Amino acid sequence: MTEITEVPSPFCGIGTDDLAIKVNGVSIKVSKNGCAVNTAAFEQAITDTSPRIDGKEVSLKQAVTRASEILRNANQPVIGGCATDVNGMRALMALADRNGAVVDNMNFTKARANFLALQDSGWMNTTLAEIKNRCDLFVVIACDLEVFAPRFYPRYLWNKESMFLDDTSAREIIYIGKAPSGKASTSPKKIKAQVLECADVDLPEVLAVLRALIKENLVIAEQVGGIAVADLQMIADKLKAATYGVVTWAAGALDFPQAELTVQTICELVKEVNASGVRCSGFPLGGKEGDQTANQVCGWQTGYPARMRFSSDIPEYDPFLYDINQMFDNGEVDAFVWVQAFNSSATPPTGGRIPTIVVARSGMTFKEEPDVFIPVGTPGIDHAGHAYRLDNVVAIRLKKLRDSGLPSTAEVLTAIEQGLVS
Amino acid sequence: MLTKLTGGIVYDPANKVNGKKKDIYIEDRRIVSKPRNVAPDQEYNIGGKIVMAGAIDLHTHIGGGKGNIARMLMPESHRIDPVAHTNIKRAGTVHGMPSTFTTGYRYAEMGYTAAFEPAVLPINARQAHMEMGDTPMLDKGGYVMLGSDDFFLRMMTANKDQQAINDYVAWTLRAAQGVGIKVVNPGGISAFKFNQRQLDLDENNTHYNVTPRQILKSLATAIKELGISHPLHVHGSNLGVPGNIQTTLDSIAGVEGLPMHLTHVQFHSYGTEGDFKFSSGGAELAEAINKNNNVSVDVGQIMFGQTITASGDNQRQYANRGISSPNKWVCMDIECDAGCGLVPFKYKDQNFVNALQWAIGLEIFLLVKDPWRIFLTTDHPNGAPFTSYPHLIRLLMDKSFRNDMLATIHPEAQKMTTLGAIDREYSMQEIAILTRAGAAKITGLENRGALGKGDFADITVYTENDNREKMFEKPDYVFKDGELVVKDGEVVKVVWGTTHIVRPDYDKSIEKDLKKYFDRFMTMKVGNFTISDDEITEDGRGSLTVHPTVGEKT
Repeated sequence: MTEITEVPSPFCGIGTDDLAIKVNGVSIKVSKNGCAVNTAAFEQAITDTSPRIDGKEVSLKQAVTRASEILRNANQPVIGGCATDVNGMRALMALADRNGAVVDNMNFTKARANFLALQDSGWMNTTLAEIKNRCDLFVVIACDLEVFAPRFYPRYLWNKESMFLDDTSAREIIYIGKAPSGKASTSPKKIKAQVLECADVDLPEVLAVLRALIKENLVIAEQVGGIAVADLQMIADKLKAATYGVVTWAAGALDFPQAELTVQTICELVKEVNASGVRCSGFPLGGKEGDQTANQVCGWQTGYPARMRFSSDIPEYDPFLYDINQMFDNGEVDAFVWVQAFNSSATPPTGGRIPTIVVARSGMTFKEEPDVFIPVGTPGIDHAGHAYRLDNVVAIRLKKLRDSGLPSTAEVLTAIEQGLVS
Repeated sequence: MLTKLTGGIVYDPANKVNGKKKDIYIEDRRIVSKPRNVAPDQEYNIGGKIVMAGAIDLHTHIGGGKGNIARMLMPESHRIDPVAHTNIKRAGTVHGMPSTFTTGYRYAEMGYTAAFEPAVLPINARQAHMEMGDTPMLDKGGYVMLGSDDFFLRMMTANKDQQAINDYVAWTLRAAQGVGIKVVNPGGISAFKFNQRQLDLDENNTHYNVTPRQILKSLATAIKELGISHPLHVHGSNLGVPGNIQTTLDSIAGVEGLPMHLTHVQFHSYGTEGDFKFSSGGAELAEAINKNNNVSVDVGQIMFGQTITASGDNQRQYANRGISSPNKWVCMDIECDAGCGLVPFKYKDQNFVNALQWAIGLEIFLLVKDPWRIFLTTDHPNGAPFTSYPHLIRLLMDKSFRNDMLATIHPEAQKMTTLGAIDREYSMQEIAILTRAGAAKITGLENRGALGKGDFADITVYTENDNREKMFEKPDYVFKDGELVVKDGEVVKVVWGTTHIVRPDYDKSIEKDLKKYFDRFMTMKVGNFTISDDEITEDGRGSLTVHPTVGEKT
């Protein structure tokens, strides 16, 4: 048995890299700094080690050959999921480029609200270390942060020491929208977060009023979405009085149509606090299991985030048209690759009787067995790699923890691509 | 295999060869002397064609997080200019901030064989190397940004001695795998986080009580004492502010003779004269460069058209947000390390300020006398995309063309520039210095940018053409490390260059302080921050080339 320390996690999105992990053969135990998200993700046992064709165990070579055949004969292949490390994503892009495929990250529809807001008007954002050292007012919009990332509060807000705050426990936390489900946001001095609750559908209106108040526009209403305008005025005043306010949101939690307009309202109100003469930053939450990695690699290789296609031999981006679920519904797909190296419970959407290749973490079970299933190693457990943290700036170096013999996503997808050439 | 290039007219300033007919022999990646009694395996008859080393761009934003935000911000830019894949080339996009593969192909197709990313945030260095790792055809390297990072500023406030600063600089180069050090708006990116919206050369960062002048001096001293070839790469204070020529002149005085490279100096050479309170400081700047042998510059020429500006200087980018076109922009504070700002720009020839910016850049090119201390850049993509270099070369080499262009810009700008009265035309040899020999020398590259025995065979062959733009945009042949990679302006073989780095020695005891600092304040362990060699080489394409420090050179 060996213990490996300072292990970074690709699962939680916040880039915790202080885990200690005990490795015994191929079995893994998180011995220090685990959490509800990371511990289960690291400790999951390897079940499948062999690829399958139509449910029958075959060699890797046979599986790859069959996968290449399926793709070679396809008119409109799509590659979904895109949950892997940087090298896996590089190989995925090379395969898609050669094959004329659509590339669609599994959480793109959730992230889309952010991309649309970014591409329409931009934003002013910050990263985790700035929050840890500077943030004196933290406003959480419509997100249950402690469920999203269990270690967020203890690591980045209730940290004992900071460079620029005398007393981190004096940070003020405000929730707008959903109330937090637990007590993580309560300060070490037992001061509870202030919560202004409203229904998700009322958020556009509530935030628009908050923005108007920050801009010092006249607001006649006294109440919006069940929240007193006077309470929103108090938040506006606090944002303008803070030294370094941070407003956070999770696009994936904004589950209503045209959520991009709400993201835009948040981004614009942050800009307006800055224009009023004090500093304030936005902080989008999201990007577990390789979402940021997929968008980053797709971004530098094509200029676009990870909902795009190579069908006409050029990169083309459309945040709506190349949604693979929609393409399935429209009968536009004749071959489907699902890549998910992190999470075996993230099974592929069923596209009907479409030839399907699944390149995924060992242990994935299917309602309908795919034509080809190739279990791959998990980045950060079975092989080294790189993954992006949710703030999109820091790429963490994932470690290899054990010798499982499972191939990496990159090896498998590169072999499939080579099969298209030969 | 022995390859012979026969009968070319060679411009090789590093070896004082100025337009001489000369055969070149290549074997095992390098240039060799004429072998006795051995027939070449392959011969290229290039009689009368112009031969230079592969060109080197010492300041171009090709890899790193801010560039990728720039890409994401402007899908409309990419939509107008997609590039299809071929049997050997990957698909991509060009306009604005191009995709990585296309960046590599396009550079090579213009005769370039190396390019340096000038703004590598230590915390984002992994990304910079991964993007450069997906940039084919070119050697590459990065200048690592310091000067607004809290570890350094804390050292300055604590009056740590120069030796400790040197150790930190050397450690950062090692951890981020850099070839040089860049400072951007010294202390200003940090100041912005403390809500200072501007920072003059002698103004204190309110938290740290440190001035930009002190930061410049400290970092420039570290570079000199560590023996790093590339001088401190300086994006000065007050970028874009009318009157900033004085800041630039004061910065030159401030380093007291230490080596310093002032980058995109066009953006730092503005006066406040005239009806519009905006005037050229080009002549004053050139005079200062001519007088101070310790200072080199690259210009950051602007060209008219749509681009996006991508900078680590979020303080100045924030100030410029009002003139973004289209109206969308991004600013970020980053990890107690630095920041970034993305502001799309449309430079217009009928806009007085833009027109004068164009003229100021050219004035600087033409008034700085020593071609070994000035370099050809557009600060890609900030002033213009790198694909405009052939046009820029024509502006420098062809006075009548230049004056024709001058006659088309905003009439008030024409009145405010001396450009029309400058007769200088760059010679072929001078272009070879700016884009090859000089660039290799100032970045400290051994055996690059030159065509002597033992040099790596990075070679570009052009057909002479009086229209210099046509000549430089489409070389007949480009060889990278001895292999033919471009023919008639098209990539014929995809290759992967090396990553140039330096590794000055340092006292390892600094790592104790860093570990403590990372554990207390940062969001990752110092061991996970450091980029290992295999991260760059494990894909089988990348490699590292360590260049000696000045003291180690033989």
